[in-house]
Amino acid sequence: MTTWPILSVVTFLPVVGALLIYLSRGDDEAARRNARWIALWTTLITFAVSLILVWRFDAAQPDFQFVEKAQWLASGITYHMGVDGISLPFVILTTALMPFCIIASWKSITQRVGEYMMAFLLLETLMIGTFSALDLVLFYLFFEGGLIPMFLIIGVWGGPRRVYASFKFFLYTLLGSVLMLLAIMALYWNAGTTDIPTLMQTAVPRSLQTWAWLAFFASFAVKMPMWPVHTWLPDAHVEAPTAGSVVLAAILLKMGGYGFLRFSLPMFPLASHDFAPLIFGMSVIAIIYTSLVALMQEDIKKLIAYSSVAHMGFVTMGIFAGTTQGFAGGVFQMVSHGIVSGALFLCVGIVYDRMHTREIAAYGGLVNRMPLYAVVFMVFTMANVGLPGTSGFVGEFLTLVGTFKVSIPTATAATLGVILSAAYALWLYRKVVFGKLTKPSLASIKDLTLRESLTLVPLLFLTILFGVYPKPVLDMSAASVQQLVNNYNTAITAVKAAALLQ
Amino acid sequence: MSFESAGYQLLPVLPELVLAVGAMALLMLGAYGKETTRLVTGLAIGLLVVVGALELMLPAGKLTTFGGSFIVDDFARFLKILTLIGSAATLILSAEFLADPSRRIFEYAILVLLSTLGMMVLISAGDLIMLYLGLELMSLALYVVAASNRDNAKSTEAGLKYFVLGALSSGMLLYGASLIYGFTGTVSFAGIATAAKTGSIGIVFGLVFLLAGLCFKVSAVPFHMWTPDVYEGAPTPVTAFFASAPKVAALAVFTRVALTAFPGIVSEWQQIVVFVAIASMVLGSFAAIGQTNIKRLMAYSSIGHMGFALVGLAAGTVEGAQGVLVYISIYVAMTLGTFAVILTMKRNGQHVESISDFAGLSRTNPLLAFFFAMLLFSLAGVPPLAGFFGKFYVFVAAIKANLFTLAVIGVVASVVGAYYYLTIIKVMYFDEPLAKLDPMRMELRTVLAVAGLFNIFFFVYPGPLVSVATSAAKSLF
Repeated sequence: MTTWPILSVVTFLPVVGALLIYLSRGDDEAARRNARWIALWTTLITFAVSLILVWRFDAAQPDFQFVEKAQWLASGITYHMGVDGISLPFVILTTALMPFCIIASWKSITQRVGEYMMAFLLLETLMIGTFSALDLVLFYLFFEGGLIPMFLIIGVWGGPRRVYASFKFFLYTLLGSVLMLLAIMALYWNAGTTDIPTLMQTAVPRSLQTWAWLAFFASFAVKMPMWPVHTWLPDAHVEAPTAGSVVLAAILLKMGGYGFLRFSLPMFPLASHDFAPLIFGMSVIAIIYTSLVALMQEDIKKLIAYSSVAHMGFVTMGIFAGTTQGFAGGVFQMVSHGIVSGALFLCVGIVYDRMHTREIAAYGGLVNRMPLYAVVFMVFTMANVGLPGTSGFVGEFLTLVGTFKVSIPTATAATLGVILSAAYALWLYRKVVFGKLTKPSLASIKDLTLRESLTLVPLLFLTILFGVYPKPVLDMSAASVQQLVNNYNTAITAVKAAALLQ
Repeated sequence: MSFESAGYQLLPVLPELVLAVGAMALLMLGAYGKETTRLVTGLAIGLLVVVGALELMLPAGKLTTFGGSFIVDDFARFLKILTLIGSAATLILSAEFLADPSRRIFEYAILVLLSTLGMMVLISAGDLIMLYLGLELMSLALYVVAASNRDNAKSTEAGLKYFVLGALSSGMLLYGASLIYGFTGTVSFAGIATAAKTGSIGIVFGLVFLLAGLCFKVSAVPFHMWTPDVYEGAPTPVTAFFASAPKVAALAVFTRVALTAFPGIVSEWQQIVVFVAIASMVLGSFAAIGQTNIKRLMAYSSIGHMGFALVGLAAGTVEGAQGVLVYISIYVAMTLGTFAVILTMKRNGQHVESISDFAGLSRTNPLLAFFFAMLLFSLAGVPPLAGFFGKFYVFVAAIKANLFTLAVIGVVASVVGAYYYLTIIKVMYFDEPLAKLDPMRMELRTVLAVAGLFNIFFFVYPGPLVSVATSAAKSLF
């Protein structure tokens, strides 16, 4: 279908940009400007090329497309890339958000700009690679490799407690992933290959399923993050620079959910079925507990970080419901959360750049000086709450519907969480935006600049578009989701039938 | 080509003969010439290259001589080349150390050559006698180089400590060898393999002592105590040497003895190796956390890395041996690169060795910091760097052999280990810079560039190394 390796080009274009920045290094103002522009153009071109993927993508086809395969490590471990309806939305989400990250860092990063941009571009390559790898070892390489640039982004350009946050982020994630690596090896010996499409067709013995599921779970639960291993997230978010938070919330967290959809359910359906109650329990706790914790926060970024954990709870709940609506809702919720949480962190970054504080108490009455900001921030807050008409609603609704068919108590408890999310989000909005502008430090605060509007308006548009017309995303993933549901149900009913026969 | 003496084929030992004769010739040159340190060192590097070329030119397949006590197979070829690379790189790294006019020790290069000769004999050993000969030739030369900084108390202490403990371990090894000889009636590995089909108490006893002696040489826990002191006390180029070539040779003979002399009693030695591997990985990871001296830290790091390499051996399979070979190759590259960085650490002509001296290196010397950071991430086993593949191959073998506990403890230890590597990166990248370092010497740059680029780009085309390691591993079975 394609004559050139379009997926590899999308994946590795950012590395080319990073190399260009390296070659034009220097530490004067001109070099910094060059680095910014090269980074911006690289991400824009990458995004443009990735749109070709959307253009040529056949949504009716459930199988992998744009497949590339080449010899790599050993027999059975190959360089295998491809996307289907589940991974393509994430690839596009990544390429689409990166330009915003670069623009958001335009003014706020003044130290070591070239290195910063290089770290971001490398991170982009690794993230796209994670979503398009079709070989487990290759996937692991991209998945784990992302730790290096993110560690440096938090540690070098982060806030006062950056060292603690970056170490916590790195070690937590690494510990989760090494167990997954062992499971990958076990799967390799079981099937003689780490090729993902082949592994999806290979039956895995029951006991190996359980252990491998747990090992993969360890990795994805940390990445997601699920309660109780979410504690690295608030720290990492608070300390990371704005663009780092955006990438973390919008894309890196999605790797966990993507992992569940790509590996846990198709490869270990029986174990997934067995452990679904555990996931439901953890998801409900995440939704309710972290929402309550969010209510108590004094730091804006921390509040949004906890709300991310709660929203990811909806995703895990939907995914493990094992229904069409649950899967589709999970994918949609992740895309929507990617846009909304990314935008929220950008909003926080905007006031942080002006005031250099994220204390909720330091703000209040911003609407008087920043009407434009107030509008934009409100839309994203509403999307975070899940107000109908915004993209947040569609995802939450679908995951709840999908879960309702399987477990009514879970769905009921999770719905209560929606109320809590409204509580903390509106509370935050009222504290920051409404009221009288009494603080003297805020008296001269300026409204959005053109550059800031440029980053927020497209996201605002997408939030509302997907809220009223979610079809593009849902259609893109529909065929693959349907195939996943069918395979999952077939595997489960087969076991149930076998159990009945005995 | 027929090449005989007293009825023995000499062709398989040709590279060793050339090395021995060459070393003697250089000794004469050094003793009778004047100001010859540079010349001798340069010629020594050349000699190592020639020996490496000869080794590669030997006819393919398995060659044996001296009644089977000297074996040249793919396994030996692979590891000998690696050892020669390690030794040659060490001599390159030593250029500055030797250039110091107050030292003028041309013997240094000759001792390195003789030690390398010992390693080559050790790698090719086909019986216990040859093993002991090689081991002692290697070790005696190492004891002397450890103390080569004659006027420095720490260096002398390092040499003495290494000698005393090394003698003890040689004694244990000999005792074990004599027990094995007593219970099997032979010293050749092939003969032992046929005799030791079941683990009689005598053989197991001998095996334990033999392995204890070998553990000392690879600095595996619980025979690791000498490592931090010797690494810290010895001159830095010597530490680089200790950490690379002798480790290769010792691990090679460990692998060969375990797999070719005792294939009948795998379960007996497997539990020992599993224990040693776990203890080394865990101790290496935890003990390194508190270190402030980079050389001591590297000592614990090498203890940990030997533990990881032994994970592959514990599997006792072809995949395991292959994992050991891949691991040790990558380890040598990472170690040489790291020591090139450590040797660069000079301020105002003074060597500095404390980790805090790296502060802010990313701003004063970005490229050096970048390469070093990548080496450290690689040592921690973070993909896509080379170190990850080393760990991948040993653990994949362990999983196949159903050593799940070992594998889980191993990967968890690697996460703990990642912490102290990250600490160094943190110091380099997050902390405020100190005064600039002295400019990096050309030869250090070269070694660092080669090792660093290998480390970063290994993932692009890992095929050649892996396939050579596979054929080398297969030649043992």
